[in-house]
Amino acid sequence: MPIITLSDLECDYINARSCCSKLNKWVVPEVIGHAVVTVLMLISLHWFIFLLNLPVATWNIYRYIMVPSGNMGVFDPTEIHNRGQLKSHMKEAMIKLGFHLLCFFMYLYSMILALIND
Amino acid sequence: MQSQMQFPSGYGSHLPNYSAPSGHYSQVPSKAAASHLDNQYRGSYYPGYYSAPAQNVMTSVGSNVLNAQESQQLYNNTPPHSGGSNDRSVQGAVSSASYSHVSAQQSYSAFDNHYSTSVSSSVASQGFPLNSDHYNMPVVSGAMYPNVSYPSMAAGSVYGQTFTSQSLPAVGQFKETNTFSSQSTSVPHSLQQHVPVGYNTTLSAVSSAQSVPDNLSRNLTGSVAKVNNQINTGMQYGGYVNNQASSAPAPLSSSSDDEEEDEEDEEAALDSSSTTSSASPVPNNYDALEGGGYPETRSVTSSPVPSPSVLQASKASKPFGYGYPALQPGYQNATPPTPVQPSNPGHHPGFQHYPQQYPGVNQLSSSLGGLSLQHSQQPESLRPVNLTHDRNILPVSSVPAPVPNLNSDLRKLNCSPDSFRCTLTNIPQTQALLNKAKLPLGLLLHPFRDLTQLPVITSSTIVRCRSCRTYINPFVSFIDQRRWKCNLCYRVNDVPEEFMYNPLTRSYGEPHKRPEVQNSTVEFIASSDYMLRPPQPAVYLFVLDVSHNAVEAGYLTILCQSLLENLDKLPGDSRTRIGFITFDSTVQFYNLQEGLSQPQMLIVSDIDDIFLPTPDSLLVNLHESKELIKDLLNALPNMFTNTRETHSALGPALQAAFKLMSPTGGRISVFQTQLPSLGAGLLHSREDPNQRSSTKVVQHLGPATDFYKKLALDCSGQQTAVDLFLLSSQYSDLASLACISKYSAGCIYYYPSFHHSHNPAQAEKLQKDLKRYLTRKIGFEAVMRIRCTKGLSIHTFHGNFFVRSTDLLSLANVNPDAGYAVQMSIEESLTDTSLVCFQTALLYTSSKGERRIRVHTLCLPVVSSLSDVYAGADVQAIVCLLANMAVDRSVSSSLADARDALVNAVVDSLAAYMSTASNLQQSMLIAPNSLKLFPLYILALLKQKAFRTGTSTRLDDRVYAMCQMKSQPLVHLMKMIHPNLYRIDKLTDESTIHVNDRVVPQPPLQKLSAEKLTREGAFLMDCGSIFYLWIGKNCDNNFIKDVLGYPNYASVPQKMTQLPEVDAPSSERTRSFISWLRDSRPLSPVLQVIKDENPAKTDFFQHLIEDRTEAAFSYYEFLLNIQQQISKLLPS
Repeated sequence: MPIITLSDLECDYINARSCCSKLNKWVVPEVIGHAVVTVLMLISLHWFIFLLNLPVATWNIYRYIMVPSGNMGVFDPTEIHNRGQLKSHMKEAMIKLGFHLLCFFMYLYSMILALIND
Repeated sequence: MQSQMQFPSGYGSHLPNYSAPSGHYSQVPSKAAASHLDNQYRGSYYPGYYSAPAQNVMTSVGSNVLNAQESQQLYNNTPPHSGGSNDRSVQGAVSSASYSHVSAQQSYSAFDNHYSTSVSSSVASQGFPLNSDHYNMPVVSGAMYPNVSYPSMAAGSVYGQTFTSQSLPAVGQFKETNTFSSQSTSVPHSLQQHVPVGYNTTLSAVSSAQSVPDNLSRNLTGSVAKVNNQINTGMQYGGYVNNQASSAPAPLSSSSDDEEEDEEDEEAALDSSSTTSSASPVPNNYDALEGGGYPETRSVTSSPVPSPSVLQASKASKPFGYGYPALQPGYQNATPPTPVQPSNPGHHPGFQHYPQQYPGVNQLSSSLGGLSLQHSQQPESLRPVNLTHDRNILPVSSVPAPVPNLNSDLRKLNCSPDSFRCTLTNIPQTQALLNKAKLPLGLLLHPFRDLTQLPVITSSTIVRCRSCRTYINPFVSFIDQRRWKCNLCYRVNDVPEEFMYNPLTRSYGEPHKRPEVQNSTVEFIASSDYMLRPPQPAVYLFVLDVSHNAVEAGYLTILCQSLLENLDKLPGDSRTRIGFITFDSTVQFYNLQEGLSQPQMLIVSDIDDIFLPTPDSLLVNLHESKELIKDLLNALPNMFTNTRETHSALGPALQAAFKLMSPTGGRISVFQTQLPSLGAGLLHSREDPNQRSSTKVVQHLGPATDFYKKLALDCSGQQTAVDLFLLSSQYSDLASLACISKYSAGCIYYYPSFHHSHNPAQAEKLQKDLKRYLTRKIGFEAVMRIRCTKGLSIHTFHGNFFVRSTDLLSLANVNPDAGYAVQMSIEESLTDTSLVCFQTALLYTSSKGERRIRVHTLCLPVVSSLSDVYAGADVQAIVCLLANMAVDRSVSSSLADARDALVNAVVDSLAAYMSTASNLQQSMLIAPNSLKLFPLYILALLKQKAFRTGTSTRLDDRVYAMCQMKSQPLVHLMKMIHPNLYRIDKLTDESTIHVNDRVVPQPPLQKLSAEKLTREGAFLMDCGSIFYLWIGKNCDNNFIKDVLGYPNYASVPQKMTQLPEVDAPSSERTRSFISWLRDSRPLSPVLQVIKDENPAKTDFFQHLIEDRTEAAFSYYEFLLNIQQQISKLLPS
């Protein structure tokens, strides 16, 4: 989702303001969701998956905390076109996409494994 | 004399064609538009209004308290109002229908993109009444064009020769023409006589007696400016007249703007014109002749005759193709690219060794073919300078901008460095080379600068590239008569039919002679394709702080006085609207509806949910309600004298202002005197006074809340800019407040410790700033797009605006004092091109309701060697760009980081230079001549308020300096960073210049060091916005008596801001020098006389940046420090 919106912005289909407000809406749910998943993994003692999730969850929280007080969120419309921010956001979104794909297949595999074991 | 007659007649017939732009707009009657706006406004307002509880208290202005009945009346008045609105709504609906129709077709973001070639024929015929005559031309000559084979033809020097052979038939043609023509140019006008025609208008008495070359060299210098002065309508063709009369090498570059620059350009013009006229005076005649005679020849002579002349003309277009491989060989044979340095003596500081008394050098070098930078002697800009040994590196007069190493034709066509400058005038071929040079690549723009000469083009079709939307410019190449190749994306475009006709020469088939192709700075009057809605009227809203603090400071008197004086000079037309809001802990509105006996004040105390108390009478037509406005301005200063309200509800007041402005857009001017303490957007003091002189961490450079940023973006979306005037004695968190102006494309003024009587210097400054602010040009609902040649890309923007998409800057307002900067990177290698171009297009609505596009195009050469990159470095531009980058860095990271980055910029670039020049001694600090001032300027930056540490600096002062760096144009910024110091007690008549019959002495620049200050002297420091006049203790009493008007040093008062008019030569010289300095900039600075015990002394001495302070290096120490760091970097 962020990739589509960001590339829309890159190609000038939407303006920076609506793009950023769209993306900022999802920052908090993402942080919470990821944190919950990570904690659940810890509780259910899935160590490998927990360790896999931990850095990404930490990065998400760090990113959210480090937003300067004057900015309008992780994505700031006044700065997104500066200093190659758009590119770095894009890169980050790509990496996350890869990570989530990996996780998806891993969860699928574990689920099937669990079903078979039952 | 007859020639004089002829010129105006020809000229006059052009003017009407050009002054017809109103036709474009008449389709949308302004009244209807306004009523539509009103209507919309009402519609949105009323529901809210009636549902609102009657909690507002209403009082009338002044001491008269509005009684209940009156206020009742006001409420009762509304039904008839709404009835009226019903009536109007019919009207409004009509206009809104057409309005929405327009907007449906074009989305706003596509504004600059959208372009349709279909043009209403009525407009076309208006602009070109002669078109119809010429449309049959292609039938005759069109067949000839395809036969023109360009590469094989030689231009330039050959041009002159071939031409003479051509000229015979042309003469015949001309004479015949005369007999038939309506222009009645008499036959005795031989070719020679005809040339000066254009020039005679300015200096007719002189020129008739002189020979042609003489005329050229003399008049070319002044004529541009003077012709334009005569026609001050903004449609100025002086430049064209020149182009037309002189051949391609004419000094087009003399599009001089400041008087200061005038001088430089005059020199350049003199040089080039002398070579031109002596080498080939004939082409001039030819052009003039063809311009006059061509239209008629069609009817008189047989059809084959025009074609040679067309061919001939097409050859002249060849130089535009310079640099594109297909055309290059032929071109190089023709016009030798003259080396940069010899032909422009004024432009190189170190060039004093080759003084300008030898104009022969120019001719010599230009006559030698194929001279380029590498082949000539080592360029001056690369001459190594040993920084630690050469103490006197400052030039005698101001530092000139380097001239790109282009051939003379392109150089003359190029954009003025005042509006458009690149940090590297030789663009490196690849990003790798750029990285190696360790210099930043970027542009510094001053796009909306006040210009004295600006070609304005009214044309129904604005010719642009079909794929990248670039406007046609002098650097495109014409492949043949029908097609042109875009210089940014290399697409081949068709030349529209209409473009074939040149309204200036009134000739057909010469697209390359059109003004768009002859000037790199042009302004188009845009058609309705460039509008999303009808052009808005000028709307000004003043939001004034009237809390106790503000009343105490007393700014209201100055503001109201200034407004009263300049009310008629506010830019605008008959639709101009104005309004006022005041605020303390409540927000007060002023009903100024025409017909009221006096202004009514409406107080809204519900600041948590702000609403507008009455819909349509808060912003009123300036002309209809002028008396009421004057009443209000007279009453305002005394209205709040006894107020005890100390709170300030700035946020709610701004929200109200935004609501008021959103239907139209316009300009909000906010005057604030303290920290906002109530309602939305309230701020807390964040400054710790003990940390002011800390050398470690400077905190709170960024905003504390995003309220102002969000509001600014809302404003920007509604085409409203907010200008902030902060007049406070205490910390007011400018870092947060400034956001409101930064992102809405406003401007920021800051007057620390302002008081109307205790601080007369600040009061005078406010007065002068306001005068400029109120009367300067303004552009509404503007967007700016910066395009560059394929391969280059812009990655960071600096300035006050909102970046709406990758290359589109949204500027709600644009003002002539705003500068912008961009950083660029090289994405693809530029090996297959030898020239790169940059184009800024600023689309705006003028205060007269015209949609206009101002286009600047800059062309620069591409180089492949590192030394060439250094040779073309523009040190001032580099320093300004670095200052912008450092501001960003200190906000996003820390001040210490930014300072380190600045020092590293010097160290890295000088180290890189020294490693390329292998024969240099490593033990010395060597810089190329072009960068010899680099360390000095960086040191100046480090000692500037924005970046200094260790010296006590108030947070607001620091933040303001940073805001200035981001938004000031280069000329002003340089004075801020490195002021000019002059010794003025011994001004002589030697080395003076003459400006408008005034003798202006030119004292040499002094180093910014206390060693230059002698007790016997008097020194003037020009810091851009302020002049310091420092008087030494033992200064000559005659000087004090004559210039300052006091008998001796002791009697000079502490707070002196004016020089008396004493009738003595030294006084006259001093005053003329100071007023000359003042005239060269838009803001007229305040003069502050400083004696030894004056408190302002510290300000003055802080600017002496070459000296050591407790916290910072002296210049020499700084150099040693750099040398040390470099030796660490360099091996061995």
